[in-house]
Amino acid sequence: MVSTILPLTVENIALRRRGRRILGPISWQLGGTGITVLMGPNGSGKTSFLRAMHGLERISDGRLHWSAPIDQTRARQSFVFQTPILMRRSVVDCIAYPLLLDGVSRRIARDRAAEAATQVGLAAMLDQPAQLLSGGEKQKLALARALVRGPELLFLDEPCANLDGRSTSDIEKILLAARDAGTRIVMSTHNLGQARRLADDVLFLYVGQLVEFGPASRVLQTPATPEMTAFIKGDLLP
Amino acid sequence: MNDIWQGLAQAARLIVARDADLIEIATLSLQVSLGATLVASLIGLPLGAWLAINRFRVRRVVIATMNALMGLPPVVVGLFVYVLFSRSGPFGVLGLLFTPTAMVIAQVIIITPIVASISHQAIRDLWADYHDLLISLNASRTQRIKALLWDGRRALMTASLAGFGRAIGEVGAIMIVGGNIDHATRVLTTAIALETGKGEFGMALALGFVLIALAVLVNLTVHFLSRTERGSRW
Amino acid sequence: MMLKSLALLAAMALGTAASAEEMKMAVTTSFANSGLAEVLLPEIEKDTGITVQLLVVGTGQALTLGAAGDVDAVLVHSRAAEDKWLAEGNGTHRREIMYNDFVIVGPSTDPAGTKTATNATDAFKAIAAAQAPFVSRGDDSGTHKMEQALWKTAGIEPVGDWYRSVGQGMGAALNTAAGMNAYILADRASWLNFGNKADLAIDFQGDPALFNQYAYLPVNPEKYPHVKAELVEKLEDWLVSDKAKGLIEGYKIAGQQLFVFNAQPE
Ligand SMILES: Nc1ncnc2c1ncn2[C@@H]1O[C@H](COP(=O)(O)OP(=O)(O)OP(=O)(O)O)[C@@H](O)[C@H]1O
Ligand SMILES: [Mg+2]
Repeated sequence: MVSTILPLTVENIALRRRGRRILGPISWQLGGTGITVLMGPNGSGKTSFLRAMHGLERISDGRLHWSAPIDQTRARQSFVFQTPILMRRSVVDCIAYPLLLDGVSRRIARDRAAEAATQVGLAAMLDQPAQLLSGGEKQKLALARALVRGPELLFLDEPCANLDGRSTSDIEKILLAARDAGTRIVMSTHNLGQARRLADDVLFLYVGQLVEFGPASRVLQTPATPEMTAFIKGDLLP
Repeated sequence: MNDIWQGLAQAARLIVARDADLIEIATLSLQVSLGATLVASLIGLPLGAWLAINRFRVRRVVIATMNALMGLPPVVVGLFVYVLFSRSGPFGVLGLLFTPTAMVIAQVIIITPIVASISHQAIRDLWADYHDLLISLNASRTQRIKALLWDGRRALMTASLAGFGRAIGEVGAIMIVGGNIDHATRVLTTAIALETGKGEFGMALALGFVLIALAVLVNLTVHFLSRTERGSRW
Repeated sequence: MMLKSLALLAAMALGTAASAEEMKMAVTTSFANSGLAEVLLPEIEKDTGITVQLLVVGTGQALTLGAAGDVDAVLVHSRAAEDKWLAEGNGTHRREIMYNDFVIVGPSTDPAGTKTATNATDAFKAIAAAQAPFVSRGDDSGTHKMEQALWKTAGIEPVGDWYRSVGQGMGAALNTAAGMNAYILADRASWLNFGNKADLAIDFQGDPALFNQYAYLPVNPEKYPHVKAELVEKLEDWLVSDKAKGLIEGYKIAGQQLFVFNAQPE
């Protein structure tokens, strides 16, 4: 898959909320292929940064520059939220919904949704109300829904936060497959092991600032900043 | 206490005998209240949804007005409609006063704010829930409204039923604009008021029981038709 | 599904159209409560083909409905208000039909001693002197107006805890009086038909000052061209006929005649 919306240039963006700057200023370029993992302590701005790039947050300063007209970028990216947002519908209808928005017929949408559900291991509960799923199942549903349109760019905000080892490894397999199929992935995680398994690049945020960015092998082995070093060692940051 | 048993027995007797007057009165009650509920839903449900997802300047004012209208005494609404539709009023030529149509109009005014207010609240909560997802999925404005109305259909039905409940039990307004004319505009509530006035508490209570039974029946029917009891969450 | 059935029912509701020979008449609560209407209306329909739709309200509201052109005729019992209404050009004329009488209803023990009063005014004086609870319609009805006239003749301004103005129809006011075991001025018919007498009884009656003249007032068709003047006239002819006289004087509750027919031929 050749990306039509990337690279995305993040130009000095900052988010200000209630008189406080919670993110930035950050300049960065999102391009190429692979998986970028966002790391950083709680409250460092990972969620805010992902949402800002996806267009869910009002940007106070700076701007985002996509390689395609802005009205075409939206439909080609998707987002998996830190806490899944599920519609009050059955599992299969939840996954089919983005296809319906694209004008795909209901029958075809449901067929493709059923396929996507099978890939994430939800084949047995297609007709169950989505709200009744367990936490891990909800995450899988959200992932299947995010992938069903075959996005060029996929944001995930701590997709495995509440999952057991088995489910985590299921999801990681799906993400790797998506990457190999050409989807550009940006995700946040607190799990260093997961970062080691998945990351091509690592981006480290600290108090709203981009502190370190580089290839995973380098950043995770030999961090260049004291903050990242301390974070990897599991030390509490001042 | 004795009156209540007498009322129940009387109600049973009337129903078993298929009392012609009772059937006429109860049918008109249903027609007027369901008619008003239909019209109020057609206005109130979209209005509530619209208010829930759009931010415009006078939105707060509209919502405050709507909530205030909910507390409007029916008698005031009745007088208002009477003045409008009286022969000496602006719409007098239509000759609608003391007809079921005038009763429907009065009830629409009474229950539309209720329907709109409840649906506004329900859709607002659902919108808060769905907001990020629908934006992220790039749903158009129309698609968003459709999703909210469809997924909120159960709450919207509750809003309509709340309106119906208010309508079928209403007496103050329809007494004034309907006139409680025998065989023309007499409904259960006005008949109850009449019997109470005559001191015929047993009969009044009997009609009261019929009214309750009818309201329950309509609620059950609507739930059955929409199969809302299937599935535990919606 | 729900919408379809609702639409159907709404269509039915709006389809209740008026038939040709219908007219509306505003009457007082006391007349409706007498039960005489239920005897007369079917006979009227049989003899004249007119369906008379009754709007049962207080005298004040009945005259207001007539003045607004919302009814075709009015049947009330309050001379002063009727004359004023006619003077304002609301009606064509006034035709006396019949009279009944008011009674003073009160606790069967008659704590104020009205039973021994020589006339209605004295009975009212006795109630005021004893400060015995008294329920007033307070609704501008004919009965209320009669009550006010009696207080005026007695030279009493009824105020105080004992005097309760309820602002309701005859039946509701009687219910209140029954609940409070209070005195009340009622028309005989409403009283006899009243189903919740509790400890109340007639304490005073018979003074001609308590007679209650009913009059038929057609709404002025020059003011409101839509009124069904022809039906109104037909109904008047029937109301003053010998057939009506027989039915009115023959109407009894608990063996008592309620109304005296006194219409004069034209
Ligand atoms: N709308 C807002 N108004 C005020 N402060 C906000 C708002 N949104 C986020 N913040 C603050 O911005 C900071 C960054 O929040 P964010 O959710 O991006 O952190 P995070 O890195 O995702 O944390 P976690 O690991 O706990 O998910 C936090 O201090 C948060 O309280
Ligand atoms: Mg976060």
